[in-house]
Amino acid sequence: MKTANTPARIRSFLSSIPKHVVLILFSVVALYPVYYMFVTAFKTRAGWLHDQFGLPVPFTFQNIIDAMNRGNIPLWFGNSLVVTFASLVVSTIVSALAAYALARFHFVGRSFYYNSMIGLMVIPPAVLILPLFVLMVNIGLINTLPSVIIIYSGLVIPFSIYLLVSFFKSLPGELFDAAAIDGCSNLEIFFRITLPLSTPAVVTLVVVNALFVWNELFVALVFLQNESVKTLMPGLTLFKGHFTNNEPLIMAGSLIATIPMVLLYLFGQRLFVEGLVAGAVK
Amino acid sequence: MPNPPAQPKIRRRNPLEPYLYLAPATLFIVIVFVYPIIEIFHSSLLQNTASGIKTIGLANYRLVVQDPVFLDALGNNGKLLLSVPIMTVLALMIAILLFENTRGRIIYRGIIFLPYILAIPVVGQTFVYLLGLNGILNTLLRGAGLGFLTVDWLGSPTWVIPSISLVIIYREMGFGVVLFLARLMSLEKETLEAAAIDGANWWQKHVYVTLPQMSAVIEFFVVVELITMLSWVFSYVFTMTGGGPGFASTVMEFYIWEHAFAFRSPGIASALAVFLLLITSVLIALQFRVRRTSLEEVDR
Repeated sequence: MKTANTPARIRSFLSSIPKHVVLILFSVVALYPVYYMFVTAFKTRAGWLHDQFGLPVPFTFQNIIDAMNRGNIPLWFGNSLVVTFASLVVSTIVSALAAYALARFHFVGRSFYYNSMIGLMVIPPAVLILPLFVLMVNIGLINTLPSVIIIYSGLVIPFSIYLLVSFFKSLPGELFDAAAIDGCSNLEIFFRITLPLSTPAVVTLVVVNALFVWNELFVALVFLQNESVKTLMPGLTLFKGHFTNNEPLIMAGSLIATIPMVLLYLFGQRLFVEGLVAGAVK
Repeated sequence: MPNPPAQPKIRRRNPLEPYLYLAPATLFIVIVFVYPIIEIFHSSLLQNTASGIKTIGLANYRLVVQDPVFLDALGNNGKLLLSVPIMTVLALMIAILLFENTRGRIIYRGIIFLPYILAIPVVGQTFVYLLGLNGILNTLLRGAGLGFLTVDWLGSPTWVIPSISLVIIYREMGFGVVLFLARLMSLEKETLEAAAIDGANWWQKHVYVTLPQMSAVIEFFVVVELITMLSWVFSYVFTMTGGGPGFASTVMEFYIWEHAFAFRSPGIASALAVFLLLITSVLIALQFRVRRTSLEEVDR
């Protein structure tokens, strides 16, 4: 019996080899830039000049130490944390409330509001940036973290509402009717039933939006021009300008900026995938 | 009391209640989207002069249409759109390979998706080295005896846009792979098995059975990426080329930013922004097509 099975298994193994070759090739291409950033960050400048592509010999932590001390990377890192955290808290609460209204109430303008959110997802930030700049100058928020917190919150609200509406809609309606009969107010239902049941959707949303805010450059570049209020992404471009000829140092800075999202990815890969797939696959 | 056409799910004590819940989100939407969109039309009619701001009608638009760089920038966005079919086909191919190879699927997917979570400035800076004169690409070419093909990829007016496309494909393709694989996993196994029993080969099976069932998700990905190529490529251009050499890699977003903050001509920047807004408006129709869950549909 085993012998009868073996040729088929060998054949299926052999036929899968070309597929694996293609997949391995693409994996190498996907990983190579990350590998390059990683090994370069641990090379000495002389070592990098001698061999750009090999392993870091001699190995050094000096670039990481320098990146932490010579630029403002720890400060920018902190600013990025504050901006990301605040934008996510604000946008999630505000979007959840709005999505609750759209999912659970019937009122004039409901479809218009929901459709507007779908349309707004298309608007490029480049269109909005100049009037927002003038506005932030006029209200004295330019070069402050709240300016970008407001803008990031606003930019992610349409997608957040879109995602949360479809999730709230999938919750069983009977639950809400029962709670209403028991005398819960709508706001109580929102906080005691809707939100707790929506934890998976909210966590997914937070992960996807965190990726956007942490990695955003354009808005941060325009609104955070003082070195002391910069976030990591505009900070890195400044850092690069200061140390143009020190590639290992620049890659060390990039590596530090990348670590939080890679950690988030390693722990929440499933959430990334769910969040990005949501709405596209039915 | 007349019956409302649709039974409200929740007894409403206060008819204004839903509007109250919408108020905070609306405030943000008005500040970040509505006000700037109205204001951009207004400021496109203005000019900053030494004696103050004056209204100059459509003069900014006239300057923009006559500006060759504006046409170049539009053209560059257009060329970037060409990377969408390439990344879609590649992503489809990889997704199908992953779907058929259960062994190592999670690991391959994890690796191929990784570039999508990297920040664009980080990806951009890394590729500045990889695509440089002595970067890995040219080193490989020299190693293969093709030294005559080496180019300063980001410094050549001819190659700069294809090179940026390559980097965009590198980062965005993983998103497609993840989307397509998720859809493939939800396909009904029976139809594929039936096709195999009927003697369809690998090619026929996918062209006639798999792809038709995936049209919705493919369309979704294509639209999302078309939007990306028009609205979200600033960071690539800013970190890799600064719009150069010359204006060879200037895209609409970058040109708007340059006029607004580097050339200090907000009127021109606004007129450019209005053009970009009009172009992206076309995409709104496509956006509705792919995100077609209307509320009524969701209601069911």
